Amino acid sequence: MIVTIISVIFILLGLLFFLGAAVGLIRFPDFYTRTHAAGKGDTLSSLLVILGFAVYQLKDFHGFSHDWPILLVILKLLAVSLFIFLTSPSSTHALMDAGWEDKVEPEIGKGRPNHLNDDCGKF
Amino acid sequence: MENRNTKRYIYPALVFGLLFLIWMVFSGLFDPFHLSLGLISCGLVTWMSSDLLFEHRDVPLRNRLRQAIRFLSYAGWLLWQVVLANIHLIKLAFGPKEALHPQFVRYETSLKNDFEKYLLANSITLTPGTVTTKILGNTFYIHAIDDIASAGLDGEMERRIAWIFSGWKNEPEEKAEI
Repeated sequence: MIVTIISVIFILLGLLFFLGAAVGLIRFPDFYTRTHAAGKGDTLSSLLVILGFAVYQLKDFHGFSHDWPILLVILKLLAVSLFIFLTSPSSTHALMDAGWEDKVEPEIGKGRPNHLNDDCGKF
Repeated sequence: MENRNTKRYIYPALVFGLLFLIWMVFSGLFDPFHLSLGLISCGLVTWMSSDLLFEHRDVPLRNRLRQAIRFLSYAGWLLWQVVLANIHLIKLAFGPKEALHPQFVRYETSLKNDFEKYLLANSITLTPGTVTTKILGNTFYIHAIDDIASAGLDGEMERRIAWIFSGWKNEPEEKAEI
């Protein structure tokens, strides 16, 4: 019972972060800031959801000698989140870079620097 | 001579061990048939491409172990940073639009190695609020979503990455030639 409650808490927290990412995706002003929300809101949230799944697996765990396959399932789940942590930043970076190469105009805050424009030329 | 010969096989053996460990975790079947399948395929992969995984074969295994432990502690620190930054980003998403100050920041790194740079760029992107947009030589161009996110690029991450790889080659370069 307590295991189920902990896993539900993890999954709900993950969903909360997913919600934040979705709201940011709609509300942020330009392509780059939206990529922030879309690309990275899902690193921590997917980790939390997967942790919730992993904790839920422990529900049927009574002893190592009989229930060791459950540990393998948990390791596989953690491997999934490891792959997300490796690939998600790369794809976000690729999307951002492609946006810049494709001349998407960024919205820069008042008085904040835009070094990329200074150094790589105005398109 | 014999010492040299055993040294040559340490890294392929390590690669084989890692692959076989992953095979066992992913397959979950421990009967002789599946284990022998795993042995054959891991052996084949090790034979064809074991030199893809570890670049510097002269580094002693002891240093690799220390590096791995340091990397794990770095991963823990990074995860905590990701949590903090994510909470900040959620506040921004629900907060007023005026709180956003998007900007492109220039960041000079002193890391030399390609892998170190990759790790730094990946860590910066993993932390919500900052995305590495371009890397030209030693200069990173980073899109930050507001002032707090860009203030996080104070070089602490780079110091920690340099610490992982510091002193991983025991002997200096000149000594190796003798």
